[in-house]
Amino acid sequence: MEQYVLPILFFLLLGAAAGVLLTVASKLLFVKNDETVEKITEALPGANCGGCGFSGCEGYANAVAKGEAAPNLCKPGGAPVTIALSEIMGVAAQVQEREYAYVKCNGNCEATEDKFVYIGTGSCAAVEKFYNGKGKCTSGCHGLGDCVKVCENNAICIKNGVAVINPELCAACGKCVKACPNKLISLVGESQKFIVRCSSADPGKITRAACKNGCIGCGICAKKCPVGAISVSANHAVIDAGKCTGCGVCAEVCPMKCIANLAK
Amino acid sequence: MELAKNLMIILITGILTENFILCKFYGICPFLGVSKTFSGAAGMGLAVTFVMVGATAVTYPIYYGILVPLNITYLNTICFILIIASFVQVVEMVLKKFVPPLYKALGVYLPLITTNCAVLGVTIINIESEYSFIEALTNAFAGGLGFLLVMIIFSGVRGRIEKCNVPAALSGTPITLIAASITSLSFVGFGGIVDGIFGG
Repeated sequence: MEQYVLPILFFLLLGAAAGVLLTVASKLLFVKNDETVEKITEALPGANCGGCGFSGCEGYANAVAKGEAAPNLCKPGGAPVTIALSEIMGVAAQVQEREYAYVKCNGNCEATEDKFVYIGTGSCAAVEKFYNGKGKCTSGCHGLGDCVKVCENNAICIKNGVAVINPELCAACGKCVKACPNKLISLVGESQKFIVRCSSADPGKITRAACKNGCIGCGICAKKCPVGAISVSANHAVIDAGKCTGCGVCAEVCPMKCIANLAK
Repeated sequence: MELAKNLMIILITGILTENFILCKFYGICPFLGVSKTFSGAAGMGLAVTFVMVGATAVTYPIYYGILVPLNITYLNTICFILIIASFVQVVEMVLKKFVPPLYKALGVYLPLITTNCAVLGVTIINIESEYSFIEALTNAFAGGLGFLLVMIIFSGVRGRIEKCNVPAALSGTPITLIAASITSLSFVGFGGIVDGIFGG
């Protein structure tokens, strides 16, 4: 009999001792688990693009959990993520309009040409820094694809010597905006209807000689706009998306035909 | 002097000639699982060393203090596993509180140390080799050091493999296992060291 009792007793005692030890240890070594951060990290797309301004999705999750960042900064996530994060943090969801990147230059091969044959480092930043660009228009798209290289969604391609962005693939992370040395790319809201496809700061005469699609800053669009949404700054027209009603008068009257209808 | 010589022999045997991973083939699971990066390998090696020494420190007295006098030595396997499991749980809690990055890096491999045959192996070997307490602790420490050494070496090997052109059929686990076997062969070269140094 004793040979059965002893092992059972022994293991009962050992198990009890282990249980007590672990309970005590878990109380002493208790680490508060921040569930909020975990929930937020799960809701985020996990692209780690840095478009929110933080170092990857984990950085943004920590900032939102601490209350240091708004829950609507995740652009690739868009409205669903904003709503999810706002729900986790218990605040009203302020969904920001979906944005996508747009290249404000239409200087393709038919409209303009190069000043010289460029054989060098195949980077827009290089040709801009060393030669101020190889095209007749110095503030136009060089077409060497720095923006293409940084885009993680393959949303950009060079068509006809000019970068073109596919709005459906764009996650609005902002990397291409930073990559373009001529600052031609900017994020436009989904609801923006018309945009001026030129950022040339050169006076009208020079622009006209350089590129057939360039804005010469004549100001006809600004005068004809019924709501006064257009202004001319730095020798090219700029449309204020907030005021624009999408009537399209500017695009019709533009002599250079450089105002594009984004709805198409 | 005799004790010091014995301890040296145990140390060298445990680290080199009877290495737990490459000669005895214990602990293959973390060996293949956590040896991809240097920091993971080093962290795991240190954690296993600590668990081995701690487990020996607890199981040895319990074996000779309770199991032997009561004549229930056949319970040693279950008893040791129970002790090792609780000990690893405590280690996990300690890591989570004091070294969170290491805790995150080891992740699921920490509880795997519990079922790691190397830890149970070292406690049972201590009993079978009839070591004294000091010798048992040294053996555990040597085993852990050998484990750490091989983990670090293999993390370097795996780093090199990443940069090579591995044929598609062999990429991933197959090439890792082949590399492991070649590394194991290299440790056979340590064969006569103990006799050579200590004139066995």
